[in-house]
Amino acid sequence: MSLSRADRQLVTLLRGCALLAAAIVLLILLFLVKESWPVLRHVALTRFVSDASWHPMDGLYKLTPMLSATLYSTLGAVLLATPLGIASALFSRYYAPSLLAGCYRRLIELLAGIPSVVYGFWGLITLVPLIGRLHPPGVSLLTGILVLTLMILPTVALTVDAALAAVPIAYLRGAAALGLSRWGLISGVALPAARSGIIAGIMLAAGRAIGETMAVLMVAGNVVQQPLGLFDSVRTLTSNIALEMAYATGDHRAALFVSGLALMSTLLVVVGTAELLSREPQHD
Amino acid sequence: MTKNSLATGLIWLAAILVSGVFFWLLSDILIHGLPHLSWSFLAEAPRNAGRSGGIGSIIVSTVLILAVAMVTAAPLSLATAVLLSEFTRYDSVFGRLVRSSLDVLAGVPSIVFGLFGNAFFCIYLDLGFSILSGGLTLACMVLPILIRTAEEGLQATPNDYRLAAAALGMSRSAALVHLLLPTAIPALVAGLMLGIGRAVAETAALIFTSGYVDRMPDSLFDSGRALSVHIYDLSMNVAGGDASAFSSALVLILLLLIINSIAMGLAKHWLHRGVVTA
Repeated sequence: MSLSRADRQLVTLLRGCALLAAAIVLLILLFLVKESWPVLRHVALTRFVSDASWHPMDGLYKLTPMLSATLYSTLGAVLLATPLGIASALFSRYYAPSLLAGCYRRLIELLAGIPSVVYGFWGLITLVPLIGRLHPPGVSLLTGILVLTLMILPTVALTVDAALAAVPIAYLRGAAALGLSRWGLISGVALPAARSGIIAGIMLAAGRAIGETMAVLMVAGNVVQQPLGLFDSVRTLTSNIALEMAYATGDHRAALFVSGLALMSTLLVVVGTAELLSREPQHD
Repeated sequence: MTKNSLATGLIWLAAILVSGVFFWLLSDILIHGLPHLSWSFLAEAPRNAGRSGGIGSIIVSTVLILAVAMVTAAPLSLATAVLLSEFTRYDSVFGRLVRSSLDVLAGVPSIVFGLFGNAFFCIYLDLGFSILSGGLTLACMVLPILIRTAEEGLQATPNDYRLAAAALGMSRSAALVHLLLPTAIPALVAGLMLGIGRAVAETAALIFTSGYVDRMPDSLFDSGRALSVHIYDLSMNVAGGDASAFSSALVLILLLLIINSIAMGLAKHWLHRGVVTA
């Protein structure tokens, strides 16, 4: 169908807008690189690992304590949230009576929308004193993991729920006709059929945990050190940016932009993998 | 058979645990937040670093930041969505390019938006710590959500409308303005609400763009403290600010509940009108 002149003008305008929207990502990358350039130019990348400590004002840029804190808190949160999230999805889809299932799903949706700063605040007021009684001071890797678990659990539950909903009903009827028990049906048919969607959901949740700033910042204690146990106070990569941006100048500021760049590249890999998995044709 | 009952037990246990923890969280905020909540709390300016007084100026700043974000992001995302859904073939190179760049944008963590907003809007464009910088940063952040929901809304309008418009000799733009956009309006508004919900929950992207100042803003170039930043500041930097922080958290959650129910109500209303079938 050919377009009239007015239509062609409209399309040109719309293309301009779409290009602008698409260019924002490049603009972000450009500015991250531009701002981190002063440090990247004269500091070798290996020094972010091999330096003695993180004292950016003295030109020491060891990022590994923050990297391990991010890694451990994400890993812990994913390990806890995955079984609970999958169980939540199974509960609302196969176990709960329909009225209860609806309520439960609404609750999870509500929780998915609660701001991270509220989770962090609640963790600080409630969880920190509880864990402090177990092992003072309470602000620790463990508290960070627990708050992150709460935050990403709705993401896991909702994506797994959607993946289970996409399993063709014929599979389930077939399994029921074979006389499988409810758990047999779930573990033998439903979960394997929804596998790629479930993995994508877990990856998305991991991405959310890596990128989360406020909740962890408020409960993890923020001491720059290599975490050795669950009760150690830790500072994640994101918290480090949030805490030091306020006063950082010069090379210190540039080093924070380097960690932003590192964060963004990690997330691109994680989210990209999730995207690929969820695009994979699931059922034929 | 025992495996089956074991699984049933464990799944019920997990569901009870999850809802228990979340009721604990919600009731904590309700119990501690409600006594302090009143009209004067909503209207008054914060005093004594927020320990007493209210959140009047903070609500004004929050609304202004949201308004800047939505006024910028809504037209841009509507235009992009119209182009993607009405004027671009799904598998075209241009469409794929725009879509994947938006997917990447959706995955950028909020603290990185904060870094970018600080470097670009505050320093490069010289807007300083201002409501404008914060709003524009949030606009970049909500763009992928707005575009995706608007695109889905447009794609759900019946193809018959497009065929009938073409048969009547209407131009594509006339069909768009008179038929497709009016039909998709509830979906567009629902998407807008989702975007507002995401923006109002944001903290990390605002700390270094719209700043901390809790005075009543005089203009968009003033620094203004958003509600979520207020909660963060009260709980981390102000000793004895917990009561106000609880009430502010309650206000924030109520605000999100209202926004979400509007979005869901619209989506439902739209389905019931029979324009599309879900």
